[in-house]
Amino acid sequence: MQIILNGAVTEVADALTMAELIAQLRLADRRLAVEVNAELVPRSRFSEHRLAPQDQVEIIHAVGGG
Amino acid sequence: MILATTPMPIETAATDRFTLAGRDYSSRLLVGTGKYKDMAETARAIEASGAEIVTVAVRRTNLGQTPGEPNILDILPPERYTILPNTAGCYDVETAVRTCRLARELLDGHNLVKLEVLGDEKTLFPDVIATLKAAEELVKDGFQVMVYTNDDPIVARQLEEIGCIAVMPLAAPIGSGLGIRNPLNIRTIVENAHVPILVDAGVGTASDAAVAMELGCDGVLMNTAIAAARDPILMASAMRKGIEAGREAYLAGRMVPKRFASASSPIEGLFFQH
Repeated sequence: MQIILNGAVTEVADALTMAELIAQLRLADRRLAVEVNAELVPRSRFSEHRLAPQDQVEIIHAVGGG
Repeated sequence: MILATTPMPIETAATDRFTLAGRDYSSRLLVGTGKYKDMAETARAIEASGAEIVTVAVRRTNLGQTPGEPNILDILPPERYTILPNTAGCYDVETAVRTCRLARELLDGHNLVKLEVLGDEKTLFPDVIATLKAAEELVKDGFQVMVYTNDDPIVARQLEEIGCIAVMPLAAPIGSGLGIRNPLNIRTIVENAHVPILVDAGVGTASDAAVAMELGCDGVLMNTAIAAARDPILMASAMRKGIEAGREAYLAGRMVPKRFASASSPIEGLFFQH
């Protein structure tokens, strides 16, 4: 299925969990936060949260800024 | 600009502490972490500034990045620094609120945020109507909101009434380095306030920081004035001193200015005829 991952159309396995997506992206040990369709998905729910086709996934982190 | 009547502050230098969200700080300089050459320079500038509260922005993770690439949080140990995530780049209520929720999750439930809702790209002035709405939503959602706003005393008071824990009027446009354009409004905001007032944005050099503190501000938040200096590390140190000097001058209570001279040496005992 296709999801929109940080603005880019991306092909992933059907019913992929957020935990699996994060692991595939090799981000498991990173400090990040995730929202799907503009709703926050807490880290504690990564393993149960299943992605659906056309989900808009944003993975964010902290950067330098004022 | 000289303002003769400085209200007598209750604190003395010895007992002077900056309290924010129930925590005491010895530094009144808050710094941003943007626009530096690299992570090492960022770390050295923060160190030289003596800042204990440090802002970061929230952006998309670069999915192509090499594993092990340093992250800004790696140079900001939480036992030493209070991280203040901002909503820079947000032009509406919804994205500002979403950004704060992501930041809270990113920082393990830490609920202190710097809210800014911008009005246009040329000035980066705040959209105060959207700022008021976003502040209300965030306070209801349990955030401790430090809010960037215009140097408007009425809006500052409304933001305080909403429940913001600190109000941060601009001195001049973000990144402009123009210094404090409207010291009388900053003073009025300070006089009305029951929460900390920090000048956020527009400071250009150490004397600007000192002026903000002499006006009675509780602190100053800056980024570009340090990062865009020829020597950012030296400017960070200068800003630390400017903040301290301005604060001490405020606590000391300046002399009343006079139009004409007043000799410092005694008139009596002159050994010649004047």
